[in-house]
Amino acid sequence: MSEPVAEELLDVTITVNGVPHHARVPARRLLSDFLRHDLGLTGTHVGCEHGVCGACTVLVDDEPMRSCLMFAVTAQAHRITTVEGLGTIDAMRPVQRAFTECHGLQCGFCTPGFVTTITAYLEENPDPTAEEAREAISGNLCRCTGYQNIVKSVLRAAELRRKEANDQ
Amino acid sequence: MKPAPFVHHAPRSVDEAVAVLGEVGHDGKVLAGGQSLVPILNMRLASPGHLVDINQVAGLDTVVVDDATVRVGALVRHTGLERHEGAYAALPLLRQALAHVAHPVIRNRGTTVGSIAHADAAGEMPTILAMCDGVVEAVGPAGPREIPWADFFLGPLETSLAEDELATGVRFPRFARGTGTAFLERARRHGDYALAGVGAAVTVTGGVVSGVRLGFVSVTDVPSVLDLTDAYAGQEPSAVDWASSADAVADAVSPEDDIHATAAYRRMLAVELARLALTEAAGRAA
Repeated sequence: MSEPVAEELLDVTITVNGVPHHARVPARRLLSDFLRHDLGLTGTHVGCEHGVCGACTVLVDDEPMRSCLMFAVTAQAHRITTVEGLGTIDAMRPVQRAFTECHGLQCGFCTPGFVTTITAYLEENPDPTAEEAREAISGNLCRCTGYQNIVKSVLRAAELRRKEANDQ
Repeated sequence: MKPAPFVHHAPRSVDEAVAVLGEVGHDGKVLAGGQSLVPILNMRLASPGHLVDINQVAGLDTVVVDDATVRVGALVRHTGLERHEGAYAALPLLRQALAHVAHPVIRNRGTTVGSIAHADAAGEMPTILAMCDGVVEAVGPAGPREIPWADFFLGPLETSLAEDELATGVRFPRFARGTGTAFLERARRHGDYALAGVGAAVTVTGGVVSGVRLGFVSVTDVPSVLDLTDAYAGQEPSAVDWASSADAVADAVSPEDDIHATAAYRRMLAVELARLALTEAAGRAA
């Protein structure tokens, strides 16, 4: 154990949902807390804070990562996308629409992590089977245990994405 | 569930990183992917005064495949290695094992070299390094040195890396031509730490077995290799009853009881996974 050190404050600038945000934060500020406390983007939820539950998952250069396992200071080099950047209530994106249609959420606590994870997954695999969908969400926990409907939401989101692509 | 305060260092070169590590000594920790380190910090199981964040260090993010080895730099994420077609063609065991490292989202950030330097007995990649007879490349104040895997892993979470040394990469030597490999593990839940994991490499030369190696996850304190070449050399691979490896495997592992499984169950699992992995590896050998 080390002696307590004076809290160093750093000027941190991170591009979140396309907008550069600046804050002066200690080096130990987790990206999850930076998003919620410093930027007020409370869509990113914090569950376990050791990388197990998946609620805090955000997109880092379009790849899903745990924001509770990254420091804000390290995230400066990357583009961050949170659930707020993936659509609004008036203009929902396919994954969000699928969750509403399929009753893919109950209490909603885990939902932001599912939405970010699934959004990135469908970029990689636009037409998953039910089994692949289950595998894709295996790193996210839903303690309402609504997994059946979340799997349905993944498949429905894939359908909506294809439809959207065809309509364009 | 928040880390204790620390001073953040962001060196831009290996030399700068090594200089900082030398200055902060025992009170410093290297941060690469952080998928093992940050949980430890968040839970305050450790509270180093200095973090040496190597994510901005240039030149550490490449995979290089040549005739003899696959070399992986310290900033290559598990996902980067898993998707690397050249590395897969040269050493399929890498992708076979990486698919079992936590979840894809963790693999997007975590690094293979970091996982080896962390030296968790439940980690897949330390065992793969051992199975391939691999080497850790480190740089310290006196310059670079190479540490063979057997000298690198000292105990659970303990390596021979000095506090002022940075692991800059690892080299996985390729298996001999005619080698088939397989990696299997079982966990309570998908992506959890393995109750037991087994890697197998079977080499066939001129139609007969000429090499057999096993590596274990979660059932030995440090990565170890069980070489069964002498027991099977000269036999036709399709005629081998791999269940005959059971006694040797049971003797080679030293599992412990915990809340997830008893030692006896883990030993039984290792024996059974070894049989399955050897069968699968032999089927791929030619």
